Amino acid sequence: MGGVHPPENKFSAGKKTKIISLPQQVIIPLRHYSGNPSVAEVSRGEIVKVGQLIGRANGFISANVHSSVSGKVSKIDNAMDAFGYKFPAVFIDVIGDDWLDEIDLSPEVKRVCNLEPHEIIKKVAEAGIVGLGGATFPTHVKLSIPQGKKAEVLIINGAECEPYLTCDHQLMLEKGEEIIIGISILMKAIRVKKAIIGIESNKMDAVLNLEKWAKTMEGIEVVPLKVKYPQGSEKQLIQALTGREVPSGALPIEVGAVVQNVATTFAVYEAVQKNKPLIERIITVTGKSVPEPGNYWVRIGTPFTHIIEETGGMPQDTGKVVAGGPMMGRALPSLDLSVAKGTSSILFIPSSESKRGKVFNCIRCAKCVFHCPMGLEPYLLMNQGEKQMWENMEENRVMDCIECGSCSFICPSNRPLVDYIRYGKSTVGTMIRNRKTHKS
Amino acid sequence: MNLILASVVSLGGIGALSAVILYFIAQKFHVEEDARIDEVEAVLPAANCGGCGFPGCRAFAAACVTADTLDNLSCPVGGTATMEKVADILGKKAAAVVPTIAVVRCGGTCEVREKTNSYDGVKSCTIVHNLYGGETGCSWGCLGLGDCEVSCTFDAIHINPETMLPEVDEDKCTACGACVKACPKNIIELRRKGPKSRRIYVNCVNKDKGAVNKKVCKVACIGCSKCFNVCPYEAIEMGNNLAYIDSEKCKLCRKCVEVCPTNAIVELNFPPRKTKIEEPSTTGTEK
Repeated sequence: MGGVHPPENKFSAGKKTKIISLPQQVIIPLRHYSGNPSVAEVSRGEIVKVGQLIGRANGFISANVHSSVSGKVSKIDNAMDAFGYKFPAVFIDVIGDDWLDEIDLSPEVKRVCNLEPHEIIKKVAEAGIVGLGGATFPTHVKLSIPQGKKAEVLIINGAECEPYLTCDHQLMLEKGEEIIIGISILMKAIRVKKAIIGIESNKMDAVLNLEKWAKTMEGIEVVPLKVKYPQGSEKQLIQALTGREVPSGALPIEVGAVVQNVATTFAVYEAVQKNKPLIERIITVTGKSVPEPGNYWVRIGTPFTHIIEETGGMPQDTGKVVAGGPMMGRALPSLDLSVAKGTSSILFIPSSESKRGKVFNCIRCAKCVFHCPMGLEPYLLMNQGEKQMWENMEENRVMDCIECGSCSFICPSNRPLVDYIRYGKSTVGTMIRNRKTHKS
Repeated sequence: MNLILASVVSLGGIGALSAVILYFIAQKFHVEEDARIDEVEAVLPAANCGGCGFPGCRAFAAACVTADTLDNLSCPVGGTATMEKVADILGKKAAAVVPTIAVVRCGGTCEVREKTNSYDGVKSCTIVHNLYGGETGCSWGCLGLGDCEVSCTFDAIHINPETMLPEVDEDKCTACGACVKACPKNIIELRRKGPKSRRIYVNCVNKDKGAVNKKVCKVACIGCSKCFNVCPYEAIEMGNNLAYIDSEKCKLCRKCVEVCPTNAIVELNFPPRKTKIEEPSTTGTEK
């Protein structure tokens, strides 16, 4: 149901990954978009190695943070994140490239994993793995199935429905075997016999590659999906692959599904089989005026300015720089930022496309209703948001909104639908939380 | 003719019968209400602003009548005069109310706080606040989109189009606190109005380190503690790289204003100084 078809613009598709050289200094955020900031485990002046723990998870929704480089901790201070707010980060001056001894750097692929499920989850938690699709929810929390619930199927998200992005596509082409082993490890961790990989059918090379490797393991199936946005959203993906609909307000586990991104799966493979924590990821550097769009391996904490320099500089006509895809990514308030675990791309948008159009009145065309993947009525929610009718917004299921932006994209009057819906979500969310605390 | 007569008689009959029924229903379900509630409501300003913490003036009047003492009840709009009238009606004693006023604690005008990016979405501070840190390098300061202006029922706070900061009209402000609640950055504070409306306050809420916020705003409080050290009355508290002047302890001696290196401390409505080398900060956000 619903969904839109934005121009794909996948300029960097099929470009082999390159490695970005080490910068002089990395700024590793202790908070990666969601959850509590972790607590710094190192102090100023300390010498750290690649892979060393520098931040310990603090609370339930929080993940460990590891050093992505070797060198000296120059300071622990606040640094700006992609939201423009300041959060604690560890600044490390890079000296050489000295890895921890227990990390297996050999190129050979380790296929066999003899660990027990709880040991796998423990290893994933220690490696600080978070969902690399963008939401950066700690993976070990997702793998710990709540009591009374049973997982039946593992769903792997290789849809990559955001325009421009190709980092997951490239990973599936280059690391097919590792991804499949990662999937088998995850299947063991959540005790399921079946896994489905969903890939949009504009990436048939990735489908064929994963199908080839999937034959070597039992219970893994690759399914090509219709190309549309937001195909890779958790609830849409579950419906497309299993036909089951996640009830309003419930989590995927309600219908027996656990969803993980392909990049997360690869990180799980590296953590469990190679003892390598999450310290690097692929990002796509792209844009209409970028001379050579491409996919790059970068260490977490690498400053954006360094990546832009290495990849040929910022195009002259840039009006906006976005971290992530054009639909759900964040326009950056400044370039003095560094790569966080959830940063999937640096996207340069030319100034001709960077501004919003003039807002006109709603013409009741109902395109937003037709295209909403969650079956909501965005025009109604926006009107209620403008008038601050929070209770009515709650009744109209504002909390089900996944903020995919399809309504704003399709609106012929350029109405700021998502802005008001997001406003409503945050207020209604606070309202619901307050109600719960008052009850108990 | 017959038709008209018939309809007048039948409708009149229904009306008379209904009146009788309603009379008895009203007798049966009559609610005894304290007559003083109406009297109290009559002396209240009828602004229904909610500044007292009650849904409106009548709810406040009812609360006044049922309460044992008036100590915790006060009408910010009417002030002491109104509360004395209320006390007279009820035969209770009104607590002394210190007049307060809304104060905008941000001096980041367009000149002293440069824009680092531009926002072209919905003009609402709360929406921007939920989305990101704002158009300038300071993620603590005023966003200038006027949620406070919208919230004010007394037309007392307006965004100045030159500075893009809100300005409070002292004559109109009733200290109802609506703007304090509306501001997502918690910049607006209700402070003592002070004798002759003279006030001194720290015009900044940035909790970043001094070296960081000095780069993004020229009038930011850098937490240097100079004012803290010079204050003879211990009215200044330091915390989170920020000074805060306690308006209860402050004796308005203006020593802190002189020592502040960034002009982050603002004095309002004072007569001009005789021996003053520099003009006081012109970044005050109020008239």
